[in-house]
Amino acid sequence: MKRVYVNEEWCLGCHLCEYNCAFANSGMTDMATALKGKRIFPRIHIEESDRITFAVSCRHCADPLCVKACISGALTKDEADGVIRIDRSRCVGCFTCVLVCPYGALAPGEDGVMQKCELCLKNTCGEPACVKGCPNRAIVYEER
Amino acid sequence: MADYIIIGNGTAALGCIAGIRRVDPGTPITVISAETHPAYCRPLISYALEGRAKPEAMNARPADFYEKNGVTVLYGKRAVRIDPEAHTVQLDDGQVLPYGKLCVAAGSTPFVPPMTGLDTVGQKFSFMTMDDMLALDAAAKADSRVLIVGAGLIGLKCAEGLARRVAHITVCDLAPRVLSSILDEEGAALMQAKLEEAGLTFYLGDTVDRFDGNRAVMKRGAEVDFDLLVLAVGVRANTALIREAGGEVNRGIVTDTRMHTSLPDIYAAGDCAEGYDASIGANRVLAILPNAEMQGECAGENMAGGDCVFDRAIPMNAIGFFGLHALCAGRSLTPDEGGETIVERGPGWLKKLYVKDGLLVGFALIGCEERAGIYTSLIREKIPLDTVDFDLLKQAATSAAFSPAVRRQKYGGAV
Ligand SMILES: Cc1cc2nc3c(=O)[nH]c(=O)nc-3n(C[C@H](O)[C@H](O)[C@H](O)COP(=O)(O)OP(=O)(O)OC[C@H]3O[C@@H](n4cnc5c(N)ncnc54)[C@H](O)[C@@H]3O)c2cc1C
Repeated sequence: MKRVYVNEEWCLGCHLCEYNCAFANSGMTDMATALKGKRIFPRIHIEESDRITFAVSCRHCADPLCVKACISGALTKDEADGVIRIDRSRCVGCFTCVLVCPYGALAPGEDGVMQKCELCLKNTCGEPACVKGCPNRAIVYEER
Repeated sequence: MADYIIIGNGTAALGCIAGIRRVDPGTPITVISAETHPAYCRPLISYALEGRAKPEAMNARPADFYEKNGVTVLYGKRAVRIDPEAHTVQLDDGQVLPYGKLCVAAGSTPFVPPMTGLDTVGQKFSFMTMDDMLALDAAAKADSRVLIVGAGLIGLKCAEGLARRVAHITVCDLAPRVLSSILDEEGAALMQAKLEEAGLTFYLGDTVDRFDGNRAVMKRGAEVDFDLLVLAVGVRANTALIREAGGEVNRGIVTDTRMHTSLPDIYAAGDCAEGYDASIGANRVLAILPNAEMQGECAGENMAGGDCVFDRAIPMNAIGFFGLHALCAGRSLTPDEGGETIVERGPGWLKKLYVKDGLLVGFALIGCEERAGIYTSLIREKIPLDTVDFDLLKQAATSAAFSPAVRRQKYGGAV
């Protein structure tokens, strides 16, 4: 399946992907209204040390620990397209997925309910907004 | 090939069905289910009490799951005897079912210690099943005073579920602290403070000496009046079927790393099983949902002729109350075994990392849960700490601490 990958040598650490992600998932049409002056809760995040920066989002694992560990049945793997999705109406915010995801790819949203990258396939963007907006093409969406 | 039988219809059974079907798409599976509900998310019962989960939306799988997977569920039936020689299971209604491969996924049963005067208590409950929850739900009134015996995970989750619905909750436990099986004193104190803030009263290092109707007299003399009693002292693995069939049992049904019991063609998984715990390098019951799922899958694959080894189980718990979450994995260190405990703390949060022989062997994070799974992966995958930037990791769980080679492998391809 196509996944989001980061080429860390190209990542500038500009955090634009985080903003594009938060906007794409906000359901709003204007970026300033959606994000300006607000704390954002993106589904991709920049990891950094003093040497490197790179963006991390859900790996959509073939054998996902988060799905196996989910106590509420909220996390599922779509057998058709391989995407791991969360039914936020079922999530009770227990943090088990946060405890098991080796990539640190799940975190609570503003409402305390977990959220994760679903590749923007079901929001208005239709393709990963982080990839689309990456100024240095450090994030790509491809089959590997 | 003869049919598969699974005893129990919880998470381990669901994992087992998935495992079987990965290898064998067609041979019929029969599930014997003492409970009368399709498999549901057991840990949600406290959220159902709280009103945050609806009983009808707690099913663990879509409605067509059993049918799609060629599974017949015998609801309200109990397996009472396994004959390993004849390869049969007898049910409580007398039926005898033949199996090719059998999986015991029977979970555990609440343990009720003998307590003087317990029979004088009118309204008493366990908190393990949907039906337990529904009974408590119907009994809990705005003016109810609730006494919960047991300050472990189940007792306290029950308390959280009831907290905003009843007049008062008292919790007692023989242990000197809450959640004593997973948290140390300092961690437990943080969680207790949160629970007290929500109005709970605790009697710790104390327990009920005797009941007299609606009054409990504690060992140390205090008297607690209550309307509803919840017994959450602990659970015991359901091992009787295997023990009586001559199989090896200990605290749980003893299995190898393929989830095979000591009896031919019989597997066990989940809360009833004592499988391999990689954090201590020995067998132990790990009564947590992710473990039930993974052990079940492993058992299922092997039952269907696959070759699956599950040797990566470690204890782990994510448990939260009123917004404060404790995330733990692996093990802590005892004072005499050496190693190093790295502690960071601040107002309302605490982080402890346990390091031994160049490996992270365990952690406890309270109120600082961000990306905890990165720490868990260090334990599960036994990643030598001299290959990562551990100073960075002490501050925060971040994959920036991995070497470029590990990062490429973890983030550069399909996983
Ligand atoms: C209130 C509560 C909160 C929890 N919270 C968490 C949590 O946050 N995180 C976590 O990881 N875990 C949690 N757990 C534990 C988790 O629910 C268990 O680890 C998990 O359900 C184990 O699954 P299992 O399939 O092994 O057993 P179970 O889910 O117990 O299923 C076993 C089934 O077998 C049936 N059965 C038993 N004997 C027979 C027989 N002879 N014949 C037929 N059927 C039989 C039982 O009735 C039961 O339905 C919680 C548990 C409770 C009660």
